Amino acid sequence: MNFKLMGKFLSQISALEFLFMIPALVIALSLGESVAVNAFLLTMAIIAGFTLALWIPCRKGGSSFGIREGMVCCSAAWIIMAVLGCLPFIFSGALPRFVDALFETVSGFTTTGSSVAADVTAFPRSILYWRSFTHWVGGMGVLVFLLAVSPGEGGKGFTMHLLRAESPGPDVGKLVPKMKQTARILYLIYIGMSVLNLVFLLCGGMDPLDAVCTMFGTAGTGGFGVRNDSLASFSPYIQNVTTVFMFLFGVNFSCYYLILLGNFKSVFKDDELRFYLLLIFASIALIALNVRDLYATWEETLRHSAFQVGTIMSTSGYATTDFDLWPGFAKGILLLLMVFGGCAGSTAGGLKVARAMLLLKSLRRNIRQVLNPRKVQVVRVNGKAVDETVLDNANAYLAAFVTILVLSFLVLMAEGMSIGSTLSGVLTCLNNVGPGLEQLGPTCNFGGLSDLSKLTLTADMLIGRLEIFPILILFSRTTWKRK
Amino acid sequence: MNIIIAGGGKVGSTLVSQLAAEGHDLTLIDWNKTVLDRTINDSDVLSVQGNCAAMDTLLTARVKEADLLIAATNLDEVNLLCCMTAHGLNKNIHTIARIRNPEYTQQIYKMRDSFGLSFTVNPERQAALEIEKLLKYPGFLRRDTFVGGRTEIVELRLDADSKLIGIALSEMYKTVKARVLVCAVVRKGQAYSPKGDFVLESGDKLYITAPTANLTALLKNLGVITRKVRRVLLCGGDRISFYLAQLLEKDGMDVTIIEQNSERCRFLAEELPEASVSLGDCSDQARLEEEGIASADAVVTLTGIDEMNMIVSLYASSRKVPQVITKIGRPENARLADSLALGSIICPREISSGAIVRYVRAMQNQESAAITVHAIADGQAEAVEFLVEEDTPHCGEPLKALKLKPDVLIASISRQNRPQVPGGDSVFLPGDTVVIVTSGRGTIRSLEDIFA
Repeated sequence: MNFKLMGKFLSQISALEFLFMIPALVIALSLGESVAVNAFLLTMAIIAGFTLALWIPCRKGGSSFGIREGMVCCSAAWIIMAVLGCLPFIFSGALPRFVDALFETVSGFTTTGSSVAADVTAFPRSILYWRSFTHWVGGMGVLVFLLAVSPGEGGKGFTMHLLRAESPGPDVGKLVPKMKQTARILYLIYIGMSVLNLVFLLCGGMDPLDAVCTMFGTAGTGGFGVRNDSLASFSPYIQNVTTVFMFLFGVNFSCYYLILLGNFKSVFKDDELRFYLLLIFASIALIALNVRDLYATWEETLRHSAFQVGTIMSTSGYATTDFDLWPGFAKGILLLLMVFGGCAGSTAGGLKVARAMLLLKSLRRNIRQVLNPRKVQVVRVNGKAVDETVLDNANAYLAAFVTILVLSFLVLMAEGMSIGSTLSGVLTCLNNVGPGLEQLGPTCNFGGLSDLSKLTLTADMLIGRLEIFPILILFSRTTWKRK
Repeated sequence: MNIIIAGGGKVGSTLVSQLAAEGHDLTLIDWNKTVLDRTINDSDVLSVQGNCAAMDTLLTARVKEADLLIAATNLDEVNLLCCMTAHGLNKNIHTIARIRNPEYTQQIYKMRDSFGLSFTVNPERQAALEIEKLLKYPGFLRRDTFVGGRTEIVELRLDADSKLIGIALSEMYKTVKARVLVCAVVRKGQAYSPKGDFVLESGDKLYITAPTANLTALLKNLGVITRKVRRVLLCGGDRISFYLAQLLEKDGMDVTIIEQNSERCRFLAEELPEASVSLGDCSDQARLEEEGIASADAVVTLTGIDEMNMIVSLYASSRKVPQVITKIGRPENARLADSLALGSIICPREISSGAIVRYVRAMQNQESAAITVHAIADGQAEAVEFLVEEDTPHCGEPLKALKLKPDVLIASISRQNRPQVPGGDSVFLPGDTVVIVTSGRGTIRSLEDIFA
């Protein structure tokens, strides 16, 4: 392991977090929230000290960056971001306990949106801004951001290993030959769409700071609300805008790049996008039929169904209605969508539509194989045969996913909640969605859990965001062995 | 520039790492997933899996936006088809193909336009030309020429008994009695830009620039044997050997080839009437003695196995053959062998990728006047040739009054094709040709870049 290089890299990450906190500080100053100002100043002093303490001994780190360093760096960067980022919550007294603050921050960075806070309106507004901002930066990924802005080209293999570890999806590729250029294109698309979303929200007469926070939550597919009832008390226009943008941010960003290039044909023919849209429309239709008696008009029924499908499928986690009161069938569909998540290469979490599609297709192949053992069959996506290693990885991913799900479920069952609440709680955190069902439903929060359960769910959120393996290898002895 | 490289083999992978380091946008096409994965992990490139001669694959690699396509697969026909297809899809693209079969040489020359070729490389032929250059003017390990062959940068290794050992560079003129300039020294794998107080040691590799006449004087005064090479022994009879034997026959040298494969021997004997071809294993020392290794003026080891070439060259050195040349396929083996008595080392893939890199730089420098670029000092420095223009700054000012960048050295100034070793009072004027040596690779793009 090249510890010096990793130290240098991690010091850059914490310096970046310092810069990220400046807007929050400015907001605190302009709103005159003295408690928040002090909290941010103290945090930034600590971050500055930490950065220097890491940078000074490590600044001359070499440049040999292997796959191990890439993965460990990625997980370490996210853990450091979370630990440093939770300090303002503690210092401002919003969430005085470390475990609560950490849960909230990890929930932010991993774009989960599960909260331990019962009353967010009591938070200073600058703290609310910081809480939502973590969604935005966590959505596209902080390492990708660092890649886009850092000078120089990086050492050999430096960038690819990092991107692989952070980016969601079964098969990570580049849009253009240069990694840095790819990272810039991704962020420019992200920023452009975020601004568009913000403009639409402001047109609906939303308070500017609320609009910014809601945009952060939508763009990162996070889902921290600025009100206790999430988006339920906002106008139908705001809800519809958010629905559309949640769907848009759940689409693979390379599709947008292809659209910018004018290559509409490959976008329309993209299997993952088609499957994603199919799932969306089918779910909305089924849910709308199932819940039609609960709402007065068809408009309301459709709006709520679409919003809930959007929020769960894109793994945002906003809510406009208490879907825990919906009939079982509708809730079942939502639980299924939780696992599917958004497209690969988007800001959404979950298993990813691409991976689910691969798993279903390889399952279909295996069934046919049983009936016709001599037949040679290939799994195709977008008309191209999929490499067997990609399929193997998807299967391994599912196995790891289920293992972690079961273990966390066991820990959470000690709380004595119903099986439905516990299972949905674990699923929602592992897939970075936000709300669960029953006792952890959209009107409730995670504040009542024990510290052990909170820490387990915190770990689940990180594991889900980084797609399991970067975190798991931290616990492997081979990782730390000398080469 | 936007460059597509087809084929990730020996030349392809060397090109990828060199061109990526120079900041080009690269796309690599190969049918082999393992090759692609390895390249993506090592360098910042985009990869496309497929047949590089197929239109679909080329379109996926965005051939329409590319400036240059380099076809370097191991099949000439595929390379040609690849370049033709690319040219058909994009009229403005430059194409470089690796063509190694001598039977195609003529048609490629005549049908360049219909093939859509801008440039071809033949690694074996280029290696043979390089070896011929060394044999024709013995004494140096390597020669790179500038100003139409009138100025050269040569590589000279100091053996333990050299007259130059223990001498500072400022005192060098007293020993060699010729005006030459040492522009770089490689000591234990590390390149130095030496100053006047730099003291030479055994094992140093010097990079010397001077007009060709001065270099001959240098060799004579150093006592390096410059006896004309008459008898050459080639170990191994593959393509390089074939090309080389042809060239050497024309130069009037006496060539003996030892080759293991009897059919290949037959072919060589048919095609090379002047050469003596004999069947045998060149790792067999008795066989080498039979072929008169002890009385040869030069031994060139050209088998396909690096280890074998190294062993045979070591044996030739021990038999006091005046000039030994070793072909090494993997450049990393060449660096490893630095301390061994292997004589000059020739690495075909570095020669052909070097030629392509020069073409790429020339494409890039069309507006500035870089005429030739050579990598020297094991690739740690480069020598660049420029034409001085009317608007070049500091024309006519003595060099001692100019402030140059610290890693830049003016190695030669040629006026009306008469090269000179520059001193403090030298000036350059419009129309002159200037050779610059710099340790910053790819940073000097035009003559204006040398000033601090």
